[in-house]
Amino acid sequence: MDQLTALGGAQAPAASHSPWLLEVEDLHVHFVTTRGVVRAVEGISYKVKPGETVALVGESGCGKSVSSLAIMRLLAKPAGRVVAGRILFQGRNLLELSEDEMREIRGRDIAMIFQEPMTSLNPVLTIGFQIMEPLLIHLGMTEEQARARAMDLLKMVGMPDPERRLDQYPHQFSGGMRQRVMIAIALSCNPRLIIADEPTTALDVTIQAQILKLMKDLSRDLGIALVMITHNLGIVARYADRVNVMYAARLAEQGAAAAVFAKPLHPYTAGLLRSVPRLDQPRGARLETIEGLPPNLLDPQPGCRFAPRCPAQRDACVAAPPPLAEVEPHRYSACVRAKEMARVGPTGLGLQSANPQPPVPKRLDKARPLMKVDDLKTYFEVGAGFQVFKNTRSEVRAVDGISFEVFRGETVGLVGESGCGKTTVGRTLLRLEEATGGEMVFEGANVTRAGGQQLKDYRRKIQVIFQDPYSSLNPRMTVGEIIAEPMRVYRLVPDAKAARDRVAELLTQVGLFEYMAERYPHELSGGQRQRVGIARALAMEPSFIVCDEPVSALDVSIQAQIINLLEALQEKYRLTFLFIAHDLAVVRHISNRVIVMYLGRVMEIADRDTLYAEPLHPYTRALLDAVPIPDPALEAKREYRVLGGEVPSPLNPPRGCVFHTRCPLAGDECKMAIPGLREVRPRHFAACIKI
Amino acid sequence: MLRFILHRTLLMVPTLLGVAVLVFFMLRLMPGDPVATMLLGDAGGANISKEIIEAERARLGLDQPLYVQFFKWFWGALQGDFGFSMWTGQPVSYEIAIRLELSLQVAVMATMLAVLLALPLGTLSAIFKDTWIDQVIRMFSIAGLAVPSFWLGMIIILLLLSVFSWIPPLTFTSFVEDPWENLSQLIWPALAVGYRYSAVSTRMMRSSILEVLQEDYIRTARAKGVRERLVVARHAMRNALLPVVTVIGLEFAFLIGGLVVTEQVFNLNGIGKLFVQAVARSDFTMIQALVLLVSVFFVLINFVIDMLYAFLDPRIRYH
Repeated sequence: MDQLTALGGAQAPAASHSPWLLEVEDLHVHFVTTRGVVRAVEGISYKVKPGETVALVGESGCGKSVSSLAIMRLLAKPAGRVVAGRILFQGRNLLELSEDEMREIRGRDIAMIFQEPMTSLNPVLTIGFQIMEPLLIHLGMTEEQARARAMDLLKMVGMPDPERRLDQYPHQFSGGMRQRVMIAIALSCNPRLIIADEPTTALDVTIQAQILKLMKDLSRDLGIALVMITHNLGIVARYADRVNVMYAARLAEQGAAAAVFAKPLHPYTAGLLRSVPRLDQPRGARLETIEGLPPNLLDPQPGCRFAPRCPAQRDACVAAPPPLAEVEPHRYSACVRAKEMARVGPTGLGLQSANPQPPVPKRLDKARPLMKVDDLKTYFEVGAGFQVFKNTRSEVRAVDGISFEVFRGETVGLVGESGCGKTTVGRTLLRLEEATGGEMVFEGANVTRAGGQQLKDYRRKIQVIFQDPYSSLNPRMTVGEIIAEPMRVYRLVPDAKAARDRVAELLTQVGLFEYMAERYPHELSGGQRQRVGIARALAMEPSFIVCDEPVSALDVSIQAQIINLLEALQEKYRLTFLFIAHDLAVVRHISNRVIVMYLGRVMEIADRDTLYAEPLHPYTRALLDAVPIPDPALEAKREYRVLGGEVPSPLNPPRGCVFHTRCPLAGDECKMAIPGLREVRPRHFAACIKI
Repeated sequence: MLRFILHRTLLMVPTLLGVAVLVFFMLRLMPGDPVATMLLGDAGGANISKEIIEAERARLGLDQPLYVQFFKWFWGALQGDFGFSMWTGQPVSYEIAIRLELSLQVAVMATMLAVLLALPLGTLSAIFKDTWIDQVIRMFSIAGLAVPSFWLGMIIILLLLSVFSWIPPLTFTSFVEDPWENLSQLIWPALAVGYRYSAVSTRMMRSSILEVLQEDYIRTARAKGVRERLVVARHAMRNALLPVVTVIGLEFAFLIGGLVVTEQVFNLNGIGKLFVQAVARSDFTMIQALVLLVSVFFVLINFVIDMLYAFLDPRIRYH
């Protein structure tokens, strides 16, 4: 396929000389909404060479996805439009092409992979047809040729049994497998460029590692350039050659990935790098955060967008927006103090403290556990209800015999991939699910089957913070009503006035303002809503809080603020946390001890430092390997093993050790017996017979 | 798939059994004795003695315990024998049969009209959202919702009369006997009913397509370079049809026996008219049979909808 033959005369010579595959120049995108014009992208410029991987990094709403949809000319019509700029692809300005010319480029020269593999494939068409479609459209293949190519593509992306899989529908595939299908579609016409928009955000860490490795290998082998859009700095460090950091519709910084991570030249980049908890560094006292919130793009302030949140702000920052300028060779930054920053570093600008505080040891009461869980089992029946045919009901052993203790003042982390039962453990402790077996002892009393007043007392002392701050607050209630409701149910306050005072007090404690009691949840940002959720939990003066993925829906800079808040509250009120999360770095930062779960069972329990420094169980090791560390230099040296296979269905878990199907150490004996949790070293438990 | 069909078929049995029980016993709770209504109504109530009423009740089997009555009726119904109308004395199945063909034909024709109008109009309206095409189609469908079918029916008759000096034939001729005569009578009520029906479906189709066009897989299709026409025809329409199929199916079931006023306007002797007469005359056997008939239609239509769903959506097929 020679692209040049398709080009219009005047532009063709320029195209053949340009070393760049894609050149985005001064791109401006506006969205017209009922509340005004949102300037979603303002003056973005970047270039991509053939075969390289370029990352676009930034938090939600910064314009990274919009700018890539603009390249494909797939902005939602009629609201979104490109108002200025050029997008040169192989020398042709994509913005000037006719719709038919553009359609020929889509899927053939530029392909796209989207974030949500669960919704990005058409549910009523076979996988085979969906892969064949671009081949039939662009390459004029016959059905047979296209089918043969589709099968090759499925093989290429590592799909087992491709022949049979071609005739299946998307719902018969797991999330990871669907993303492989998306990659096969993207690769089908041998494109020059693939734009991947958060391709692994919806996937588990071990699957994420598989998919990213696959994309990177394929793009290297086939010489395809990759534009990777992500919020995950670790992914950038592991996979990108060059990186563009975006903030509030503008570029903040640009350069080679290694250089940007080693020496950020924009305060925002420095702040981002600082606010992620990392697996490779000792834990400091608290996470350093970027205070404040990103600006509203409907009405942004003049000057540097980051200025209000920037500790190194000067008068010049507010006057006019600083242009993206070359500070060092091939290093661009949109900061007026970039040169100074290059000389003295972030510390010199006062962006971070020179000597991080060591963590304050927590006061633990090791005499008696606050919560003791013994052989807890929670099973769900599926397929129940009216059935004409028998044998259709079966059982999911969501939690299958787990035991642990939690001491007062401690944070116990509970990690694992989706479907491992971690959330069910939390819900069972909260008595939102009925335990099928085992027992839970809280403050010396068995609460497994407690009812009446005893259950009521228990529920007051154990509270929960949910994952999704968008759907876990009732949209028809004000913040004040949400926080006050449990207090009224339990008659903790004598009258409305006392309730109002208490709500105001709680709001202040979680870093919100008293006047926010009158607001409705949709008027608050994600981070603020999560603070409301925390205030609601605190209202009951609990001793134990189950935090179920409390920060996973939040942006990095907001995530750090919430983690710091939780830690401060724990210190102040001697709270005990069960911290459920899939992010190993966050769990490491906040926990004293960590429990690793897989398919309803505990794989390993140990003190935080022991677990992360010397993981014993092969699953824990694989999990830690799968997490990319935001440091390209370190990633380059790191030897990590990508765990193959998928998490088996909890409906039909493997016999013997549940992990044996994916375990690098597994032998025949692992298929026979279920390994019990044993104390391999003092206070370090693992469930594996091979160690 | 076979298993799915079998499962759904078996599920219809308890549903219909439940309907039979409910219909029978709820009718018995209705005030008004059918015999008294029949005899007193006719003769003005003067010289009908208690004995005559009792004798008539015994003749109709109404003096027996309720459960005996039920089982007798139910056993007969299973064999297609619904007894005799308490009013006309004719077999119920005969009374229904002579009217069912007409009602069924109007329902089928109205549905065809609705589908033929709604799918293309709803889709066009969605694709050209907020343009003049969309505005015109929306006006057409809102008018269809606002105009009652019987009023439209009267307008149609008046127009035919004043423009062509012709009115549709008054007696029903079977389609098999004389298609032309048959259609020239039934096309008009089908038009009057089908318009409203298509308006409902058009609006459903429009919102359904609009919703589907927001889906991620539509963006995927566009990113593959699929022509916009094919994006709609191949990727959007099949997904969008699911809710529309439900609306169309339930509406169809309603048309059997639900066209009381329209039948009046066009002077059609259909199921709807029979229904009203039976209720007015406390004709228990007739009401039972009619309610059961309509229920059977609803259950069957739902079965067909389920099958269509399974055909359209593989997620249901393989479950």
